[in-house]
Amino acid sequence: MSARRTIDVSELPTYAFGHRPLTWWCTMSMILMEGTMFVVLLVSYFFLRTRVPDWPPGPTSPPDLFWGTVNTLVILASCVPNYFAEKAAKRLDLRRVRLWMIVTLAFAVVFAVVRVYEFRALNCSYDQNAYGSIVWLNMGFHTAHLLTDMVDTVVLIALMFIGPVEGKRFVDVSENGMYWYFVVAMWLPLYAVIYLAPRFM
Amino acid sequence: MPRRKSEEDKKDGPTRATTPPPGDEPRTDTGDSRADEVLAETVVDEHERALLEKTWSNLPGFWGQLTSVNHKTVGSRFITTAFVFFILGGILAVLMRVQLARPENNFLGPDLYNQIFTMHGTTMMFLFAVPVMEAMAVYLVPLMLGTRNIAFPRLNAYGYWIYLFGGIMLYVAFVLNVGPDAGWFSYVPLSGPEYSPGKRVDFWAQLITFTEVSALVVATELITTIFKLRAPGMSLNRIPLYVWSVLVMAFMIFFAMPTVALTSLCLMLDRLVGTHFFNPAEGGDPILWQHLFWFFGHPEVYIIFIPATGFVSAIIPTFVRRPIFGYTALVLSLVSTGFIGFGLWVHHMFAAGLPAMGESFFTAATMMIVIPSGIQIFCWIATIWGGRPIFKTPMLFVMGFFFTFVLGGMTGVMQASVPLDLQVHDTYFVVAHFHYVLIGGSVFPLFGAFYYWMPKFTGRMMSERLGKLNFWLMFVGFNLTFFPMHQLGLKGMTRRVYTYQSGLGWAEMNLLATAGGVLLTLGVLVFVVNFFKSRRTGAVAGDNPWGASTLEWATSSPPPVYNFLHVPTVAGRDTLWTQPDDQPVVTGLRSDVRQVLVTKVLDAEPDHKSEFPEPTIWPLLAALATTGLFISTIFTPWAVVWGSIPVAVTLIGWFWPKKRQAEEHPPEEVKEKIGEQAALRIVEEAP
Repeated sequence: MSARRTIDVSELPTYAFGHRPLTWWCTMSMILMEGTMFVVLLVSYFFLRTRVPDWPPGPTSPPDLFWGTVNTLVILASCVPNYFAEKAAKRLDLRRVRLWMIVTLAFAVVFAVVRVYEFRALNCSYDQNAYGSIVWLNMGFHTAHLLTDMVDTVVLIALMFIGPVEGKRFVDVSENGMYWYFVVAMWLPLYAVIYLAPRFM
Repeated sequence: MPRRKSEEDKKDGPTRATTPPPGDEPRTDTGDSRADEVLAETVVDEHERALLEKTWSNLPGFWGQLTSVNHKTVGSRFITTAFVFFILGGILAVLMRVQLARPENNFLGPDLYNQIFTMHGTTMMFLFAVPVMEAMAVYLVPLMLGTRNIAFPRLNAYGYWIYLFGGIMLYVAFVLNVGPDAGWFSYVPLSGPEYSPGKRVDFWAQLITFTEVSALVVATELITTIFKLRAPGMSLNRIPLYVWSVLVMAFMIFFAMPTVALTSLCLMLDRLVGTHFFNPAEGGDPILWQHLFWFFGHPEVYIIFIPATGFVSAIIPTFVRRPIFGYTALVLSLVSTGFIGFGLWVHHMFAAGLPAMGESFFTAATMMIVIPSGIQIFCWIATIWGGRPIFKTPMLFVMGFFFTFVLGGMTGVMQASVPLDLQVHDTYFVVAHFHYVLIGGSVFPLFGAFYYWMPKFTGRMMSERLGKLNFWLMFVGFNLTFFPMHQLGLKGMTRRVYTYQSGLGWAEMNLLATAGGVLLTLGVLVFVVNFFKSRRTGAVAGDNPWGASTLEWATSSPPPVYNFLHVPTVAGRDTLWTQPDDQPVVTGLRSDVRQVLVTKVLDAEPDHKSEFPEPTIWPLLAALATTGLFISTIFTPWAVVWGSIPVAVTLIGWFWPKKRQAEEHPPEEVKEKIGEQAALRIVEEAP
């Protein structure tokens, strides 16, 4: 018998999925703080709405619906490959992870391209009045997240091809997927505010 | 009655005078085989100690300093830097007191005075108070939880560098006469493009971005560390109260800091690219700035105050020799203070002409915060009542905290009422109130914490004689400085005036306040002297000089790079007072790589092992790139585009894997050897 009582943890795994790994908490923290910023932006939008009689103020017309709606469908559709990528990651299936991450990235690229047309169809400029400023800031905020996640995804895809392919990498893939859901989830209320609110308020 | 832990194997320092030679192992059991086992264990421990030292050490030399990711290295420099900013902010305060010592003084001109009070407030809030609270947590929390390093150590290093560079930027700007001059809350329209041309306010707004980034990343690390890296057995209801306070602080940072980062971005945009968020002529509104700023600004006070209450909750049980009274009530008060703290911001805006209904609501909310604060105070009093207080320096500072904080709380309740607030708004009454709350509520506990944990940081005791002198100078000096300001405010002296005429009846009390300021400064100087003196000649502290109950006292002073030779387990609250001598320790973690045990959120059962990063230069490079981006955007908006490139490059360099992880089941190996199906089974079977 040893002089010291011990708890042996040598059999425990070195990586885990879901809310167990540390990186999940980091991703959630990012989501939490950026979600806060996002809520503050929406509050500011409606606060500024109360300062003027018409919305959008003056002769400005609301943003054109077409490209924004197209893009909403694109980003919603991107959830499907994202789901498969995450699922493949949890099964350590390298081939499918590569495939579905690339497909998700393709959706993101399409979304980013259409985003350029969205900006053109906003019918306002950021320095025209407070309405223009807050609309552009909202759009810019979401676009910044989109670009960050795209760079992230490209780096991860590169790692999945170059290696070393470790368990930890698959965890990263599943968390990257979670962050992408956040980018999608952020867009839906934003779409409603930017495109629909000026038509009803 | 608490007892000192006698388990020698916990004393796992490198070769230090404080560590008894290994031969001192207790060999109380009879029988040769027993003694042999203990001897064998000692040999194994020595081997383990050397291995851990090699694995967890910083790289040697100056390069090692730049690449360190150890929470104690980063924590100490974080604390030191924050303290240097405290001194700088203090010097600015003394300059203001000299200017105000007599009427119509022209020691400082109005323009410089504006810069100085703005710099003082900005320094104390953004470069001292919040960072120092995080810094103490960065150092202490992993030790108190019994783990080897903080979660995301590279992010930790990055958070420190960003903070340091932001502070340097602000002070360089100040020295070059582009120091901000619109007050620490930079109200528009004064800080807007029309009334503050030039770059002064831009430097302020960008400093906010620096410190917010730093605060947010540190909050992330702290929350993850507290939830996932606790010693096995340390369930949520056994976490030391100080760690609870850090947890609440970190969550408040998550909800408060993004707001001010965003709103300072809006201010920059208004100033640099002509947006109209705060321009009433184009549908914007300055009140939006006030709302957003104070939605951050009020919780900020609690971000500073809550960890200070954690210090108090850590110090009191040790110096009254009994467990804290009302642990659950204290935790609930901390959490509810965290929530209510977000519902008070409008009481900073009572003079802004908001609807009366809103003002009544916020009056009620402000009154409500008294309830959790009161519960805390009464729990502490009950603890002291039921114990045998020993008035060492840390305890004296806690007593000073009680006195000043309760006074500050009283004037807080007074100002919750709208009619009174309107009378004293923007007067020295408010200045007196928030210095009582902030210095009384945070700086006194912080100095108590310095005296309390300094033996752990440096391995040496601070002088009690100088400590008492320090306390009394600060306590008397503080009250002498700020108590007359209540009266000055009631007599109509407004904030931020650079001078005043004689014959208003303000001169005597201002002189008194300046005299108090001198005493307060002397007090801080005594602390600095005490620190340097005791570092050289102080009594050697040993592991647990105060006979305290939390885990940081179970390792040597200062702690080894790997914190604990054996990762401890925990069987109750006040661990070191209550655990049995044969409390188990964790084995099975690898010592040749930086492996850390991850536990479950609620009950801290062992869950899996995680490999922590080696020393790396990338966080420093990323911080430099970020600094380049932030500073250049002050001068051209296009910097956002080209400035992002180095940031992206350094971040990719940071995350690019440097070496293989020490994984038991690398996925492709498993597949090669035993095929796809077996690989799946391994993953699914993982607990």
